[in-house]
Amino acid sequence: MRRNLPLALAFILGFVMIFQYFIPHPLSQKFYDIFIQQWLIIISIFFYILSWRSFVLYHTNKIRRKKEGWWASIVAIVSFLFMALAGIITKKGYIFNQMYNYVYAPLQATMFSLLAFFVASAAFRAFRARNLEATLLLIAATIVMLGRVSVGSYIWKGLPDFVEWILEYPNMAAQRGIRIGVGLGMIATSLKIILGIERTYLGGGD
Amino acid sequence: MRFFEKILKIDRRWIFLIVGIVVIIPLIFPIGMPVLTTPPVRSLYNYVDKLQGTGKAVMLVTDFDPSTMPELLPMACAILRHCFAKKIPVYLYGGLYSAYVGMAEMALEKTLPDFPDLQYGKDYIFLGYVPGVSLVILGMGGSISGTFNTDYYGNKLDTLPLNKMVDNYKNIGIVIDLSGSASPETWVIYGYQRFGVRIGVGTTAVSAAQYYPMLQTGQFVGMLGGLKGAAEYEQLIKKAGIPTGRLEATIGMDAQSFVHIFLIFIIILGNIAFLITKKRKV
Repeated sequence: MRRNLPLALAFILGFVMIFQYFIPHPLSQKFYDIFIQQWLIIISIFFYILSWRSFVLYHTNKIRRKKEGWWASIVAIVSFLFMALAGIITKKGYIFNQMYNYVYAPLQATMFSLLAFFVASAAFRAFRARNLEATLLLIAATIVMLGRVSVGSYIWKGLPDFVEWILEYPNMAAQRGIRIGVGLGMIATSLKIILGIERTYLGGGD
Repeated sequence: MRFFEKILKIDRRWIFLIVGIVVIIPLIFPIGMPVLTTPPVRSLYNYVDKLQGTGKAVMLVTDFDPSTMPELLPMACAILRHCFAKKIPVYLYGGLYSAYVGMAEMALEKTLPDFPDLQYGKDYIFLGYVPGVSLVILGMGGSISGTFNTDYYGNKLDTLPLNKMVDNYKNIGIVIDLSGSASPETWVIYGYQRFGVRIGVGTTAVSAAQYYPMLQTGQFVGMLGGLKGAAEYEQLIKKAGIPTGRLEATIGMDAQSFVHIFLIFIIILGNIAFLITKKRKV
């Protein structure tokens, strides 16, 4: 039952949604409205309940077993409870907004801006012209890096347009090839899930 | 020779220090390098501009969190300023995930003081968070008020004058998704392909390259790529005489220019050192 019910649901609803897309009958549209606008949005709220449960279980387990960095789990749980209470209890979410604007936003922006330092260090150590492909990549990257900033047009007025050409033609050709491959892969995987051939999402491994 | 060997073994903290200096100095003393506009940015600007007087609204979606704020928040502010100045109705939607709503609020806080005549509910509406991601995009194709019920401030959407004119994509001139993730594709799949609503995109510089196929097919009306895209949009609204506030992206371009020059310099230096020391070993 635990295995067959999800398989049956995926099979029935998968095909129903495919056929529904091609049937313009009012009944089909009504089904779509109820299913998409009401059911699925309600169901998706339960994702949060699952993720909260998973978050709390993971961190309490880490604290209980005194795993490395267990103190950070205390910070995570306290922050989680504090933000949740701040959003629910305070008038118009004042404290929540202040925490978002003056703690969460600067912290996250700082973490992301550290990338600039690591990218610079990594580029210096790893970006080497070891063979023809690496050299081509190096030249293209250098041109794009120059053309995407204001100083590029100082060096040569046509540089921004040349960079736009690189992005619009060689880059786009490669991107389109990747996308077609990914698209076909998605269709194949979706069909395998609907038909019950791909079952790893159920857990267990077979 | 020893010099190049030393270069290859340089402590990375020296690189960090120089990057820090190269970023901070142009931010404190901006040079004001000129920003040339590119076709994807002009295309989006012109499309928004032509919505003036048509009664169609712009839906601006802040699908980003503070990690990509330096690149995407100036875009949100510039587009809001453009719409507010031209009296184009705006649906400001705080994004497909809950952490993004604060970014929309920040953009409003930065732009509203320059437009004191605007009336909430008539000129713009702020939509908050509803779970469902792609389902929300699909739901809005049927009814915006049916999907959200209330706005960010808790007002019933049915009671707001703008929502009486615009309750689904039929009266939305364009959805502009500002995102550092793959959400613009979700908007294309569920918004453009299913309901035909036009999509514009603002994205981080690192993600811009992947969207060129959609730009070429017309699935995206236009695109703002990274800080430069934001700076270009700022220049376009400045040229149109719209109040720009602090030109954050344009100022940031000076710092980015110097960092890119430094990066190119150390890449070239690293390669010279690598080739010379390699020859010596052979």
